[in-house]
Amino acid sequence: MHELSIACAVVDLAARAAGDASVDEVRVRVGALSGVVPDALVFAFDVAAAGTVCEGGRLLVEAVPVAVRCGGCGRESDLAEPLRFRCPACGVPTPDVVRGRELEVVSITLREESHAGACR
Amino acid sequence: MPARVVELRRGILEKNDVLAAALRRRFVDAGTCAVNIVSGPGTGKTALLEVLLGRLVAAGRRPAALVGDCATENDARRLARSGAPVRQIVTGAMCHLEADMIEAHLEGWELEDIEFLFVENVGNLVCPSGFDLGEAARLVALSVTEGEDKPLKYPHLFNSSDLAVITKIDLADAVEFDRALAHANVREVAPAITIVETSARTGAGIDELITELAAFRRSLAGDADTQPITDP
Repeated sequence: MHELSIACAVVDLAARAAGDASVDEVRVRVGALSGVVPDALVFAFDVAAAGTVCEGGRLLVEAVPVAVRCGGCGRESDLAEPLRFRCPACGVPTPDVVRGRELEVVSITLREESHAGACR
Repeated sequence: MPARVVELRRGILEKNDVLAAALRRRFVDAGTCAVNIVSGPGTGKTALLEVLLGRLVAAGRRPAALVGDCATENDARRLARSGAPVRQIVTGAMCHLEADMIEAHLEGWELEDIEFLFVENVGNLVCPSGFDLGEAARLVALSVTEGEDKPLKYPHLFNSSDLAVITKIDLADAVEFDRALAHANVREVAPAITIVETSARTGAGIDELITELAAFRRSLAGDADTQPITDP
Protein backbone atom coordinates (compact mmCIF):
# COMPACT_ATOMS: atom_id res chain seq x y z
CA MET A 1 0.00 0.00 0.00
CA HIS A 2 3.00 2.26 0.60
CA GLU A 3 4.95 1.03 -2.43
CA LEU A 4 5.46 4.61 -3.63
CA SER A 5 7.36 5.57 -0.48
CA ILE A 6 9.36 2.32 -0.73
CA ALA A 7 10.14 3.21 -4.37
CA CYS A 8 11.24 6.70 -3.29
CA ALA A 9 13.60 5.11 -0.75
CA VAL A 10 15.00 2.84 -3.48
CA VAL A 11 15.57 5.81 -5.81
CA ASP A 12 17.16 7.75 -2.98
CA LEU A 13 19.63 4.95 -2.15
CA ALA A 14 20.45 4.42 -5.84
CA ALA A 15 20.88 8.12 -6.57
CA ARG A 16 23.23 8.63 -3.64
CA ALA A 17 25.41 5.73 -4.80
CA ALA A 18 25.31 6.85 -8.43
CA GLY A 19 26.56 10.39 -7.94
CA ASP A 20 26.33 12.12 -11.33
CA ALA A 21 26.01 8.93 -13.39
CA SER A 22 22.72 7.77 -14.85
CA VAL A 23 21.23 4.61 -13.40
CA ASP A 24 20.35 1.98 -15.98
CA GLU A 25 19.12 -0.71 -13.67
CA VAL A 26 18.35 -1.20 -9.99
CA ARG A 27 18.18 -4.71 -8.57
CA VAL A 28 16.15 -5.24 -5.42
CA ARG A 29 15.24 -8.27 -3.34
CA VAL A 30 11.71 -8.38 -2.00
CA GLY A 31 10.79 -11.08 0.50
CA ALA A 32 7.29 -12.56 0.47
CA LEU A 33 6.89 -11.50 4.12
CA SER A 34 7.96 -7.89 3.49
CA GLY A 35 4.40 -6.83 2.71
CA VAL A 36 5.58 -5.19 -0.51
CA VAL A 37 3.96 -6.19 -3.80
CA PRO A 38 6.62 -6.44 -6.56
CA ASP A 39 4.32 -5.33 -9.42
CA ALA A 40 3.18 -2.28 -7.47
CA LEU A 41 6.80 -1.46 -6.65
CA VAL A 42 7.82 -1.63 -10.33
CA PHE A 43 4.94 0.67 -11.23
CA ALA A 44 5.82 3.11 -8.44
CA PHE A 45 9.51 3.09 -9.39
CA ASP A 46 8.88 4.90 -12.70
CA VAL A 47 6.98 7.62 -10.86
CA ALA A 48 9.63 7.94 -8.13
CA ALA A 49 12.48 7.94 -10.69
CA ALA A 50 11.12 10.84 -12.74
CA GLY A 51 13.47 13.81 -12.63
CA THR A 52 16.29 11.85 -10.93
CA VAL A 53 19.37 10.01 -12.22
CA CYS A 54 17.18 6.89 -12.18
CA GLU A 55 14.76 8.27 -14.77
CA GLY A 56 14.40 5.83 -17.64
CA GLY A 57 16.12 3.09 -15.64
CA ARG A 58 14.69 -0.34 -14.93
CA LEU A 59 13.79 -1.89 -11.62
CA LEU A 60 14.50 -5.62 -11.44
CA VAL A 61 12.77 -7.36 -8.57
CA GLU A 62 14.04 -10.65 -7.26
CA ALA A 63 11.11 -12.10 -5.31
CA VAL A 64 12.34 -14.12 -2.32
CA PRO A 65 9.96 -16.87 -1.15
CA VAL A 66 9.53 -17.53 2.55
CA ALA A 67 11.84 -20.29 3.74
CA VAL A 68 11.55 -22.03 7.10
CA ARG A 69 13.75 -24.41 9.02
CA CYS A 70 11.84 -27.30 10.49
CA GLY A 71 12.38 -28.00 14.18
CA GLY A 72 11.26 -31.57 13.56
CA CYS A 73 13.25 -32.84 10.59
CA GLY A 74 15.78 -30.00 10.40
CA ARG A 75 15.15 -29.43 6.72
CA GLU A 76 15.08 -25.95 5.19
CA SER A 77 12.28 -25.47 2.66
CA ASP A 78 10.50 -22.74 0.73
CA LEU A 79 6.84 -22.21 1.54
CA ALA A 80 4.21 -22.01 -1.19
CA GLU A 81 1.50 -19.35 -1.23
CA PRO A 82 -0.91 -18.97 0.47
CA LEU A 83 1.47 -19.04 3.41
CA ARG A 84 1.05 -21.77 6.01
CA PHE A 85 3.93 -22.13 8.42
CA ARG A 86 4.31 -25.88 8.28
CA CYS A 87 7.26 -27.90 7.08
CA PRO A 88 6.37 -29.03 3.53
CA ALA A 89 8.35 -32.23 4.13
CA CYS A 90 6.98 -33.45 7.46
CA GLY A 91 3.98 -31.21 8.22
CA VAL A 92 5.23 -29.92 11.59
CA PRO A 93 4.44 -26.23 12.45
CA THR A 94 7.58 -24.21 11.75
CA PRO A 95 7.94 -20.71 13.25
CA ASP A 96 11.64 -20.45 12.31
CA VAL A 97 11.76 -18.14 9.26
CA VAL A 98 15.18 -18.13 7.57
CA ARG A 99 14.30 -16.06 4.47
CA GLY A 100 11.44 -13.96 3.18
CA ARG A 101 11.65 -10.70 5.16
CA GLU A 102 14.18 -9.12 2.76
CA LEU A 103 13.67 -5.64 1.42
CA GLU A 104 16.97 -4.45 0.01
CA VAL A 105 18.74 -2.82 -2.89
CA VAL A 106 21.25 -5.39 -4.14
CA SER A 107 23.06 -3.39 -6.82
CA ILE A 108 22.75 -0.65 -9.39
CA THR A 109 24.06 -0.57 -12.92
CA LEU A 110 25.40 2.77 -14.09
CA ARG A 111 25.47 4.02 -17.63
CA GLU A 112 28.99 5.32 -18.23
CA GLU A 113 28.60 8.44 -20.35
CA SER A 114 31.43 8.86 -22.83
CA HIS A 115 32.92 12.34 -22.73
CA ALA A 116 34.27 11.87 -26.28
CA GLY A 117 30.70 12.03 -27.49
CA ALA A 118 30.82 8.53 -28.98
CA CYS A 119 27.55 7.25 -30.28
CA ARG A 120 25.86 4.33 -28.56
CA MET B 1 28.69 1.76 -24.06
CA PRO B 2 30.28 0.23 -20.96
CA ALA B 3 28.20 -0.30 -17.85
CA ARG B 4 29.41 -0.44 -14.28
CA VAL B 5 27.70 -2.46 -11.59
CA VAL B 6 27.83 -1.09 -8.04
CA GLU B 7 26.99 -3.54 -5.26
CA LEU B 8 24.90 -1.87 -2.57
CA ARG B 9 23.29 -4.52 -0.34
CA ARG B 10 21.42 -1.85 1.58
CA GLY B 11 18.15 -2.29 3.40
CA ILE B 12 15.47 -0.15 1.81
CA LEU B 13 14.01 0.62 5.24
CA GLU B 14 17.43 1.05 6.87
CA LYS B 15 16.65 4.61 7.95
CA ASN B 16 13.69 3.31 9.95
CA ASP B 17 15.59 0.24 11.16
CA VAL B 18 18.48 2.34 12.50
CA LEU B 19 16.10 4.67 14.35
CA ALA B 20 14.10 1.73 15.71
CA ALA B 21 17.27 0.07 17.00
CA ALA B 22 18.22 3.30 18.81
CA LEU B 23 14.72 3.52 20.31
CA ARG B 24 14.91 -0.12 21.44
CA ARG B 25 18.17 0.62 23.27
CA ARG B 26 16.56 3.62 24.99
CA PHE B 27 13.54 1.54 26.01
CA VAL B 28 15.69 -1.28 27.35
CA ASP B 29 17.94 1.12 29.28
CA ALA B 30 14.92 2.84 30.83
CA GLY B 31 13.09 -0.42 31.61
CA THR B 32 10.24 0.61 29.34
CA CYS B 33 8.36 -2.24 27.70
CA ALA B 34 7.12 -0.85 24.37
CA VAL B 35 4.15 -2.65 22.84
CA ASN B 36 3.19 -2.02 19.21
CA ILE B 37 -0.54 -2.69 18.84
CA VAL B 38 -1.61 -3.53 15.29
CA SER B 39 -4.90 -4.65 13.73
CA GLY B 40 -7.43 -3.72 11.09
CA PRO B 41 -9.73 -0.74 11.69
CA GLY B 42 -12.54 -1.33 14.17
CA THR B 43 -11.00 -4.30 15.99
CA GLY B 44 -11.16 -2.45 19.28
CA LYS B 45 -7.55 -1.41 19.83
CA THR B 46 -8.58 1.78 21.60
CA ALA B 47 -11.16 0.03 23.80
CA LEU B 48 -8.58 -2.59 24.75
CA LEU B 49 -6.05 0.12 25.54
CA GLU B 50 -8.60 2.03 27.61
CA VAL B 51 -9.09 -1.00 29.87
CA LEU B 52 -5.38 -1.84 29.97
CA LEU B 53 -4.39 1.69 30.97
CA GLY B 54 -7.16 1.88 33.58
CA ARG B 55 -6.23 -1.45 35.12
CA LEU B 56 -2.49 -0.68 35.18
CA VAL B 57 -2.95 2.81 36.67
CA ALA B 58 -5.29 1.39 39.33
CA ALA B 59 -2.62 -1.16 40.23
CA GLY B 60 -0.09 1.62 40.77
CA ARG B 61 1.85 0.86 37.60
CA ARG B 62 3.05 3.50 35.15
CA PRO B 63 1.76 3.01 31.61
CA ALA B 64 1.69 5.59 28.81
CA ALA B 65 0.32 5.52 25.29
CA LEU B 66 0.94 6.95 21.85
CA VAL B 67 -2.05 6.59 19.58
CA GLY B 68 -1.97 6.94 15.83
CA ASP B 69 -5.07 8.30 14.16
CA CYS B 70 -5.57 9.78 10.72
CA ALA B 71 -7.32 12.99 11.57
CA THR B 72 -8.85 13.23 15.01
CA GLU B 73 -7.64 13.46 18.58
CA ASN B 74 -10.70 11.57 19.88
CA ASP B 75 -8.73 8.49 20.90
CA ALA B 76 -6.18 10.42 22.95
CA ARG B 77 -8.93 12.29 24.81
CA ARG B 78 -10.74 9.02 25.50
CA LEU B 79 -7.57 7.33 26.79
CA ALA B 80 -6.37 10.28 28.88
CA ARG B 81 -9.29 9.68 31.25
CA SER B 82 -7.29 6.74 32.64
CA GLY B 83 -4.84 9.24 34.15
CA ALA B 84 -1.96 7.82 32.13
CA PRO B 85 0.11 10.12 29.89
CA VAL B 86 -1.30 9.86 26.37
CA ARG B 87 -0.28 11.54 23.14
CA GLN B 88 -1.90 11.48 19.75
CA ILE B 89 0.12 10.99 16.60
CA VAL B 90 -1.93 12.51 13.81
CA THR B 91 -0.91 10.41 10.84
CA GLY B 92 -2.73 12.11 7.99
CA ALA B 93 -2.68 9.80 4.98
CA MET B 94 0.06 7.54 6.40
CA CYS B 95 -0.90 3.88 6.41
CA HIS B 96 1.46 2.93 9.27
CA LEU B 97 3.62 4.47 11.99
CA GLU B 98 7.38 4.83 11.56
CA ALA B 99 10.13 4.99 14.17
CA ASP B 100 10.81 8.72 13.67
CA MET B 101 7.20 9.51 14.59
CA ILE B 102 7.60 7.61 17.85
CA GLU B 103 10.88 9.35 18.63
CA ALA B 104 9.38 12.79 17.98
CA HIS B 105 6.39 12.12 20.23
CA LEU B 106 8.50 10.95 23.17
CA GLU B 107 9.99 14.43 23.50
CA GLY B 108 9.65 15.65 27.07
CA TRP B 109 8.68 12.28 28.55
CA GLU B 110 11.01 10.61 31.05
CA LEU B 111 11.13 7.02 29.85
CA GLU B 112 12.36 5.92 33.29
CA ASP B 113 8.90 6.85 34.56
CA ILE B 114 7.13 4.69 31.99
CA GLU B 115 6.95 0.94 32.57
CA PHE B 116 4.70 0.13 29.63
CA LEU B 117 4.54 2.27 26.51
CA PHE B 118 1.63 1.25 24.30
CA VAL B 119 1.78 2.40 20.71
CA GLU B 120 -1.53 2.11 18.92
CA ASN B 121 -0.66 1.78 15.25
CA VAL B 122 -2.82 2.87 12.31
CA GLY B 123 -5.69 0.43 11.67
CA ASN B 124 -4.23 -1.51 8.75
CA LEU B 125 -3.50 -5.22 8.33
CA VAL B 126 -0.73 -4.86 5.74
CA CYS B 127 1.51 -1.83 6.04
CA PRO B 128 2.59 -1.76 9.70
CA SER B 129 4.21 -5.22 9.42
CA GLY B 130 7.49 -4.01 7.89
CA PHE B 131 8.08 -1.06 10.20
CA ASP B 132 9.95 -1.72 13.41
CA LEU B 133 9.14 0.84 16.11
CA GLY B 134 11.68 -0.45 18.63
CA GLU B 135 8.99 -2.41 20.45
CA ALA B 136 9.63 -5.28 22.86
CA ALA B 137 6.43 -6.95 21.72
CA ARG B 138 4.11 -6.63 18.78
CA LEU B 139 0.50 -7.28 19.70
CA VAL B 140 -1.88 -8.12 16.87
CA ALA B 141 -5.59 -7.84 17.65
CA LEU B 142 -8.40 -9.72 15.93
CA SER B 143 -12.06 -9.26 16.84
CA VAL B 144 -14.64 -12.04 16.79
CA THR B 145 -16.73 -9.99 14.36
CA GLU B 146 -13.97 -10.03 11.71
CA GLY B 147 -14.15 -13.77 11.11
CA GLU B 148 -11.84 -16.64 11.92
CA ASP B 149 -9.94 -16.57 8.62
CA LYS B 150 -8.41 -13.09 8.99
CA PRO B 151 -4.99 -14.50 10.00
CA LEU B 152 -4.85 -16.67 6.87
CA LYS B 153 -5.59 -13.63 4.70
CA TYR B 154 -2.99 -11.43 6.39
CA PRO B 155 -0.15 -13.80 7.32
CA HIS B 156 2.52 -11.06 7.23
CA LEU B 157 1.18 -9.09 10.14
CA PHE B 158 0.30 -12.10 12.26
CA ASN B 159 3.63 -13.75 11.56
CA SER B 160 5.55 -10.66 12.64
CA SER B 161 3.68 -10.45 15.96
CA ASP B 162 4.52 -11.91 19.37
CA LEU B 163 1.09 -11.83 20.93
CA ALA B 164 -2.35 -12.31 19.36
CA VAL B 165 -5.32 -10.87 21.22
CA ILE B 166 -8.83 -11.90 20.25
CA THR B 167 -11.10 -8.98 21.18
CA LYS B 168 -14.87 -8.68 21.79
CA ILE B 169 -14.97 -12.27 23.05
CA ASP B 170 -18.26 -11.40 24.83
CA LEU B 171 -19.83 -11.33 21.35
CA ALA B 172 -18.47 -14.74 20.34
CA ASP B 173 -21.74 -16.63 20.70
CA ALA B 174 -23.81 -13.91 19.06
CA VAL B 175 -21.69 -14.02 15.90
CA GLU B 176 -21.11 -17.80 16.09
CA PHE B 177 -17.39 -17.30 16.36
CA ASP B 178 -15.51 -20.60 16.15
CA ARG B 179 -12.77 -20.13 18.75
CA ALA B 180 -10.94 -23.37 18.04
CA LEU B 181 -10.80 -22.54 14.33
CA ALA B 182 -9.59 -18.99 15.03
CA HIS B 183 -6.81 -20.28 17.29
CA ALA B 184 -5.82 -22.89 14.70
CA ASN B 185 -5.72 -20.24 11.95
CA VAL B 186 -3.57 -17.89 14.02
CA ARG B 187 -1.15 -20.75 14.74
CA GLU B 188 -1.11 -21.74 11.07
CA VAL B 189 0.60 -18.44 10.20
CA ALA B 190 2.37 -17.82 13.53
CA PRO B 191 3.07 -21.18 15.21
CA ALA B 192 4.95 -19.75 18.20
CA ILE B 193 2.54 -16.95 19.09
CA THR B 194 0.71 -16.58 22.43
CA ILE B 195 -3.06 -16.13 22.11
CA VAL B 196 -5.22 -14.32 24.69
CA GLU B 197 -9.00 -13.86 24.46
CA THR B 198 -10.29 -10.58 25.86
CA SER B 199 -13.35 -8.42 26.26
CA ALA B 200 -12.92 -4.73 26.97
CA ARG B 201 -16.57 -4.63 27.97
CA THR B 202 -16.56 -7.42 30.58
CA GLY B 203 -12.87 -7.24 31.45
CA ALA B 204 -12.40 -10.91 30.58
CA GLY B 205 -8.82 -11.88 29.79
CA ILE B 206 -7.33 -8.48 30.66
CA ASP B 207 -5.42 -9.78 33.68
CA GLU B 208 -4.07 -12.64 31.61
CA LEU B 209 -2.95 -10.18 28.96
CA ILE B 210 -1.24 -8.02 31.58
CA THR B 211 0.57 -11.11 32.87
CA GLU B 212 1.84 -11.79 29.34
CA LEU B 213 2.95 -8.16 28.92
CA ALA B 214 4.77 -8.27 32.25
CA ALA B 215 6.67 -11.31 30.98
CA PHE B 216 7.83 -9.28 27.98
CA ARG B 217 8.93 -6.50 30.33
CA ARG B 218 10.89 -8.97 32.44
CA SER B 219 12.64 -10.31 29.37
CA LEU B 220 13.74 -6.79 28.32
CA ALA B 221 17.13 -6.92 30.02
CA GLY B 222 16.79 -9.27 32.92
CA ASP B 223 14.67 -6.58 34.57
CA ALA B 224 13.34 -7.97 37.84
CA ASP B 225 9.68 -7.10 37.45
CA THR B 226 8.43 -9.22 40.29
CA GLN B 227 5.77 -6.82 41.52
CA PRO B 228 2.31 -8.29 41.00
CA ILE B 229 0.43 -6.08 38.57
CA THR B 230 -3.14 -6.87 39.43
CA ASP B 231 -4.82 -7.98 42.60
CA PRO B 232 -5.29 -11.71 42.78
